[in-house]
Amino acid sequence: MAAKNLPPTYDHIAHHEVFPQTTHDEKARYNFLANLNKHLSHVSQGNAVAFKNRVQPAFKKEYGRDFETKEELGDAMAKDMHYQTWSALRRCTMEMRQQAGRSLTYRQAQELTDKVNKLNEGKSSLVLDDEVSPPPYLLAVDNHIMPGSYHTELFEGDVSNAANYDGGLFVTTAGLLGKYSDGGGQAISQWVRNNHPEFKPKRILDIGCGMGHNTLPIAKMYPDAEVIGIDTGRPMLRYGHARAMALGYDNVKFMQVEASNMPFEAESFDWIQTTMFFHETGGKSIYNIMKEIYRCLAPGGLTMHIEQPQYTDDMSLYEKWIRDWDAYNNSEPYWSKMHDIDPKELMMECGFSGDKYMQIGAQAINDLDDGTQKADEPEDHGRSPIWNVFGAWK
Amino acid sequence: MDNPIDYIGIAGNKPKGQRPYFFDDPAVERVLNITMAVSMELAVARERVDTLERLLEAKGVLTREEIAAYTPTSKEIETERQQWHSEYISRIMRVVQQSMEDLENPDKSLQEIADDINKM
Repeated sequence: MAAKNLPPTYDHIAHHEVFPQTTHDEKARYNFLANLNKHLSHVSQGNAVAFKNRVQPAFKKEYGRDFETKEELGDAMAKDMHYQTWSALRRCTMEMRQQAGRSLTYRQAQELTDKVNKLNEGKSSLVLDDEVSPPPYLLAVDNHIMPGSYHTELFEGDVSNAANYDGGLFVTTAGLLGKYSDGGGQAISQWVRNNHPEFKPKRILDIGCGMGHNTLPIAKMYPDAEVIGIDTGRPMLRYGHARAMALGYDNVKFMQVEASNMPFEAESFDWIQTTMFFHETGGKSIYNIMKEIYRCLAPGGLTMHIEQPQYTDDMSLYEKWIRDWDAYNNSEPYWSKMHDIDPKELMMECGFSGDKYMQIGAQAINDLDDGTQKADEPEDHGRSPIWNVFGAWK
Repeated sequence: MDNPIDYIGIAGNKPKGQRPYFFDDPAVERVLNITMAVSMELAVARERVDTLERLLEAKGVLTREEIAAYTPTSKEIETERQQWHSEYISRIMRVVQQSMEDLENPDKSLQEIADDINKM
């Protein structure tokens, strides 16, 4: 295996007023896990080698043909020792990360709630709505094996799950998203500004904003715009809003809104963004949400979606199969089915014009890169900071 | 708070859906999970020891013999150290906690959940 770059230590993560506190040992645990994640991305390269050197030749010898479906390829790989070992370690590591993050946030659950409530008090920029519930597809699974998902509150005002998310993202991505874990938001806002300097959005919507980590860079890039982040997870909204207040943002609003049924006027946003959101929706809802996006986007407006890459014709069957790993093994079930959707067709079916469609690659901006975080680290598809972006002008 | 949260119990909760197992023998996979958790706690202890040694050396404070002879000097200290062991064991045994939760509340597999979600 090639030499690895080292992830930054947990001391480098940016703190803010509502960020969960960590003891010496809790930081050490996170340092171990960040290193383990980097290590496992190297181990994962063995899967392709096992496929090419062992699994594929054995299948061809037995059946006189190559694999024709992902299912039969997956059945064969499932018996391979390296794939079993990497998968078991990968799943184990995700569970350890959750346990580590949850134990440290739940031990300070009430403190976090008190701090968040203080920052949120009297602010009209946090709009919760008891009538809005998480949709069925969010209740059916705990995305990325986060027990309780985005919406569970152990007591009124509990924000532990959001704080766990904020504290642990650094670990899962080995710090590659930067000290505020906002590399995705920085990448998209820089792309828009650099490629469309004439674009001056007045009203921007971020759908499925979670704790707002990717919303804030957009708000910073366009300080004159009104930026609204929506989500159905109350802990995420409470925590995200308090976090934005702590970091000094005055042009962001957080609202409890369900994306397929938004209370906004038609054509009332100049830019509608989603970041790693659609793969956590559902087979029917994705169309309903895209139609709502079309309705709410002003003529001449922009909508961009950062997502896992869709399957392409030149992607090998093996690559399509391995990119599905997180769907079934890291509780991201819609990830796989969504891969089969052509994003251009999805957008056209929801009203957008094919000739205004675009697809770009965006590398997350990492403000912690001191030159040692080389870009040639092997890609672990589920945890890579390099994303596909699709979208359209209206 | 009246009812302190059992943060270590909650920390190990299983997420929705059946846990995937990869090895032919799930018992082997459980052993791997326990071993990895032990590895992690060893790393944590090692980092702490490293910190201590560097600080102690820098301040010229302690000798190795004093460390070797130490015993807890109060019930409180004794309890703290035992509490640590108890939590440590819970961390290491996470995978067993989750399989017991599944025993009590058998779950759908992720394939079934994916099919459901595709219709939502």
